[in-house]
Amino acid sequence: MRVSLFVTCLADQIWPAAATGAVDVLRAVGCSVAFDERQVCCGQPAFNTGYRPEARRVARRLVEVLESSDADAIVSPSGSCTAMLHHYEQLFDDPGWQARARAVAQRTHELSCFLVNHLGVEDVGASFRGRLTWHDACHGLRDLGIKGEPRRLLRRVRGAELVELPLPSAETCCGFGGTFSVKYPEISVAILDEKVDAIERAGVDAVVSGDVSCLMQIGGRLSRRGSAVRALHLAEVLASRS
Amino acid sequence: MSFDQSARAALADGQLRGALRQATTLFGERRRAAMATLPDWEAARDRARAIKDETLLHLDRYLEEFTANAERAGARVHWARDAAEACAIIGDLAERRGARTVVKSKSMASEEIHLNAALARRGIEPVETDLGEYIIQLAGETPSHIVVPAIHKTKDQIGALFAVRLGIEPSGDVAVLTAAARQALRRRFAEADLGVSGVNFAVAETGTILILENEGNARLTTSLPRTHVALMGIEKVIPRFADLEVFLQLLPRSGTGQTLTAYQSLLTGAKRRPEDEGPAELHIVLLDNGRSRMLAAPVTRQSLACIRCGACLNACPVYRQIGGHAYGSVYPGPIGAVLTPQLFGMAKASHLPFASSLCGACRDVCPVKIDIPALLLHLRAEVVAQGAGQGRFVERLAFRVYAAVMARPRVYEWAMRIARVLHITPPLRAWTRWRDLRPLAPRSFREEWRAGLGRETDPSLARVPRARSG
Repeated sequence: MRVSLFVTCLADQIWPAAATGAVDVLRAVGCSVAFDERQVCCGQPAFNTGYRPEARRVARRLVEVLESSDADAIVSPSGSCTAMLHHYEQLFDDPGWQARARAVAQRTHELSCFLVNHLGVEDVGASFRGRLTWHDACHGLRDLGIKGEPRRLLRRVRGAELVELPLPSAETCCGFGGTFSVKYPEISVAILDEKVDAIERAGVDAVVSGDVSCLMQIGGRLSRRGSAVRALHLAEVLASRS
Repeated sequence: MSFDQSARAALADGQLRGALRQATTLFGERRRAAMATLPDWEAARDRARAIKDETLLHLDRYLEEFTANAERAGARVHWARDAAEACAIIGDLAERRGARTVVKSKSMASEEIHLNAALARRGIEPVETDLGEYIIQLAGETPSHIVVPAIHKTKDQIGALFAVRLGIEPSGDVAVLTAAARQALRRRFAEADLGVSGVNFAVAETGTILILENEGNARLTTSLPRTHVALMGIEKVIPRFADLEVFLQLLPRSGTGQTLTAYQSLLTGAKRRPEDEGPAELHIVLLDNGRSRMLAAPVTRQSLACIRCGACLNACPVYRQIGGHAYGSVYPGPIGAVLTPQLFGMAKASHLPFASSLCGACRDVCPVKIDIPALLLHLRAEVVAQGAGQGRFVERLAFRVYAAVMARPRVYEWAMRIARVLHITPPLRAWTRWRDLRPLAPRSFREEWRAGLGRETDPSLARVPRARSG
């Protein structure tokens, strides 16, 4: 299976371990991985803040890059940016661009979905010592319906114990929300603190998620609070051989 | 107070946050349990939405059908373009009947048009009879939730309020407080000259209105006084009597987690023979107040599918933290953030579409599948396109630069490289005051890729992946 990586700008610049981890895992399960260096951002920051012409400009660029790939699938270590591709139909007014966006979105999969649903793989040969909990990133959970996939992958990681946060904590937003996190920082952090409290009460070594944006938010607060709990991307855990 | 200030005040109010957390969690749990009693929740949602979509596409026709059938049954139907007209219609009706006291059952539309103030200006005393609304009225406040108006108050706060306003011994006992309210309200029912109610659904086919409630106060409001005035937004109409079935399954479950409310009053026309029950006169006021504007486009039209269950408020992480008053609108929470700018104009509410993390919990719980995040995004784009709100100059510039950089990979890469070398961090005090900011990685993914990661190895050789800490 030939896979083209849609890295996302946050993973590229801030959390490259999510992307290198994704490459390692994909190769470990027998995929060949390509990466088109012309890709940049998906346009979500502009789209979510109401700047549609700006978002369209960036989105058109990404569609051109991704559609030029002859890979069997496009895979991304982000549910949020993958979901953004599905929103392109909402963003574009032009039917031609809508069709091109739809075609790209259909070929693009979030990492855990791709592994479990398309390759039928749950055990990627990873080992990681510690208690983990999973944070459902909102766009993955609610836009793409990702729920069981990452949990099934994590349960097969040798040495790892998956602990669920009590409802509704696991499924509650971390309060990031893109520019929301800086437009309304107090509200964002109030939401975040409920999440971080639940994580700390769970007595885990790490909180794992499928989106760098949530990890920046949760990890940033954990470290500010002096917590020993680490924030890790799913791909980091799946690529781990410790 | 601005939204920012009110939100900050709410966040600093421990009692408020405790009350909110407890109530919204409880309602969420009850809703989930009630949902499970319905064999096919998803199918019910789809059916309900299809009925709403059909109605909204032909709203003019269904409203005329409803009007004709309601009037045939003896009701009088009034059309109000806006809040002022609706208040004038109801005020005139009350005045002409020499009313001094008006009892009211729960009606968000009456809150929307500020009916109580309008009646008071004419020297008519409005008395709220829904327990939550009564508490709010005694406290001189406004509702902070669509279904649970006093959700922000604790039992002890209500006990203290009743002690002052009703002259009872301070108590935190719900039974004692409820009995005190009931006793006070019975007197007011007896002396009321006119009753004002809301409407949950209006059936075009029969001219019937349906009112759901749990306390029996709506039944008294609509049957004891000689005149009953029912106020409804024009979106409350549904085509057929049989359509009620699906909405009766969805609304109580979504709103209060009940399989059915304690009372369902189906009212068709006024009493015609002396031996009939009910009020001598029934007036139904159809309120537009900005609603027909939303019909134009599918994305905004879906706002009118709302059945006011309040489930999106209980599920919203923002609402759960700051409560309803911070929104500064009769309609708070996610649905309020989309209704308020559409009903009352963007100028007053351009900030509300941004007061959301777009998590989508509201869309998940909505019994009629309103895509609230899509509406929020649509309204955000409108705000930016209209140049509404303040302080957008820097933001506009930032996104222009963003688009210019992000559409050009080479520029992007150089910009990031420079930022990395010079350790440039964005001026994000709003972030760093509470959270550590993860710095740019020493090496970007694309640099790692070029430095060797990109050299495809035979998968069977199984390179040892590197574990990197977070």
